[in-house]
Amino acid sequence: MITVVRAGPLTTIQDQGRSGYAHLGVPRSGALDQWALRRANALVGNPPHAAGLETTLLGCALRFERAAVVAVTGATAVLKLDKLPVTPRDGVIEVPAGSVLDIGRAARGVRSYVAVAGGLDVELVLGSRSTDTLSGLGPPKLTDGTSLPIGDESGQFGPEVEFGARDEGRRDAAVRAASRAVDNSAGGAAAGARAVDDGAPLGGSAGSVSPDVPGWAGEAAAAPEDQEATAAGGDHIELGVWLGPRDDWFDANELFSSEYQVSPMSNRVGCRLSGAALPRIKTGELPSEGVVLGAIQVPADGQPLIFLADHPTTGGYPVIGVVDDVNGLAQARPGSTVRFRALD
Amino acid sequence: MRLKRSGASALLLECRDGDEVEAWRREVVRRREAGELRVIDIVPGARTLLLDGVEPGTDALLSSWRAHDFVGVEHREGSLVKIATVFDGEDLDDVAARWSMPRERVIARLTETNFTVAFCGFAPGFAYLRGLGPEYAVPRLDTPRQRVPAGAVGLAGDYCGIYPTASPGGWRLVGRTSETLFDVRREPPARLTPGTRVQLVAT
Repeated sequence: MITVVRAGPLTTIQDQGRSGYAHLGVPRSGALDQWALRRANALVGNPPHAAGLETTLLGCALRFERAAVVAVTGATAVLKLDKLPVTPRDGVIEVPAGSVLDIGRAARGVRSYVAVAGGLDVELVLGSRSTDTLSGLGPPKLTDGTSLPIGDESGQFGPEVEFGARDEGRRDAAVRAASRAVDNSAGGAAAGARAVDDGAPLGGSAGSVSPDVPGWAGEAAAAPEDQEATAAGGDHIELGVWLGPRDDWFDANELFSSEYQVSPMSNRVGCRLSGAALPRIKTGELPSEGVVLGAIQVPADGQPLIFLADHPTTGGYPVIGVVDDVNGLAQARPGSTVRFRALD
Repeated sequence: MRLKRSGASALLLECRDGDEVEAWRREVVRRREAGELRVIDIVPGARTLLLDGVEPGTDALLSSWRAHDFVGVEHREGSLVKIATVFDGEDLDDVAARWSMPRERVIARLTETNFTVAFCGFAPGFAYLRGLGPEYAVPRLDTPRQRVPAGAVGLAGDYCGIYPTASPGGWRLVGRTSETLFDVRREPPARLTPGTRVQLVAT
C-alpha cells in the first residue's frame, strides 16, 4: 500500500488507456507519454500494461507502507527519499518500508511517471485503470491521504520487458478540454468552463505569473531551483504531420511556415498552441466526426489544438492534420516553440 | 463514399448521409467479425465513419468492396430500445412554438418517430438520435445550462439526445427518463449504441 503524502496539482493513475470504446463516446485516456511509462514499467519488471502514476510539474510524495522497487521516468526532477536526495541504481530505487519518496518539481519536461513493481492495483474500468479527466471515468485524481494498493503480479511477467521500437508507443500513446476547440455540441460554452476548472491547465489557476514563462502559475515559481525550471521552458519541438482529413478547409502552407508556442492552457485533453491564426478558405459548419489522437483541430479563432489522450471522441471543428507522435508533447512546457513538418 | 486519411493509421469515410454511414458501419463491423479486416475503433459521425487503428492497405481493401451490395439495401432491423419518457422538459413550450404546434402534438411527433442512434459523442453513452428530419431542427440554447440532470431528453439540430450523466448542456429539454444509459459494469456499457433503433414512450 502507498499513502499519498503530497498529491501535487495533478497526479493521476495511468496505463495504456481504454481503446475500443470510442464509438460509445469513451475517450482513450492513458499516459500522455506512453514511452516514459513503458520504460518505468520495464525497469521494475512490470508488463507494459501495468498502471503507474503520472505526476504534473510539481511532482508528488508517496509513503510506501511496505518495501517496494520503484522507477521514475519522464520529466527531469529531483528525487528524495526521506528528505535526502537519492540516485536510482540501474534505474530503480529500493524504497524501505515506511519511507517517503518525493518526486520534485520538473526541471525539464512536465510529467514524471512512477512505476512500482507489481503495478497499482486499482479497479479496472472498461479495461483500463486510467483516470480520464474529460469524462471522469477511472479513479479520481490523487488527493493527500489517498491509499493506493500495489499489485502482487510483477513476478509473473518475467524480468525485463523489451522496450520496443519508439514507434510502438505511437498508436497507444496517449489534458480536460480547453473550452472552444472541443466539440461541445451537447454542452456548449458551459462544458468548456467546466473543462478548464477540472483539467488543471498547465498554467495553474491563481497567483502571480513568472516573467519567464507566459502564464506560468505563481505558486509554481517560489523555490530557488525554479529559476532553472523556468529557463528550461523554451524548448523547440518539431512535429511530423500527416495532412488531412480537412486540410482543404485551410491554406496548409500556413501551418508549416508558422511557429507556435505551447499555451499554459494545455492539459491532458489537448496541447493548445498560440501563434499566427490559421485562416479558413472554406466556410460553413462541419458536422461532428470522429477524431484521432494527435489530430490538429482548428476552432473558429484559428489557434490550433492538438488532441492528446483525454480527447473527445468526436469533434465539430475541422482537423487540418494529424501529428504522428504526440508523446513528446507530454513534456512540452508552456512557452516551448512548435514547428510542423509535412509527412507523406 | 470518399476515403480520406486521418493520420498514419486511420481512415475517414465520407458519406452522403446518415443512412450511408450506417450501411458502411454495419458492413465494417460484420467483416471485422469475419476476420476480413483489422480495426481498433469504428466511430461513426454525422456524415462520416472513422476507422482508427487500421493496417496499411485497408484503403485498397475498402475500395474493393461492392458498396451497392450493402448501401441502400434493406437490412433486418436491429434491436429496438424503448425509453420511458416523462415529457415535462423546461423547453417543451419553446419547441412547440418553434414547431408551430401544441405540446401534445410535439409529444406525439417525438413518440411516433423511429429514431436510430447515428453516433455517440460529447460524453460516454451520449447518443445522437436521428429520425426527426430537417424540418424539425431547432438551434441549441444561446447560453447553455450549467447543469442538465442525468436522463434529460433534449433536442439540438435535427437530433434528439439523452444526457447519460449530469453535465452542462445546451440542448433544448423536452423530457426526462429514469433509465440508466451508461454503466461501466455492463457490456456494452452504453444502452444506446450506434445503429440501435430507439422509441420514446410517454409515461
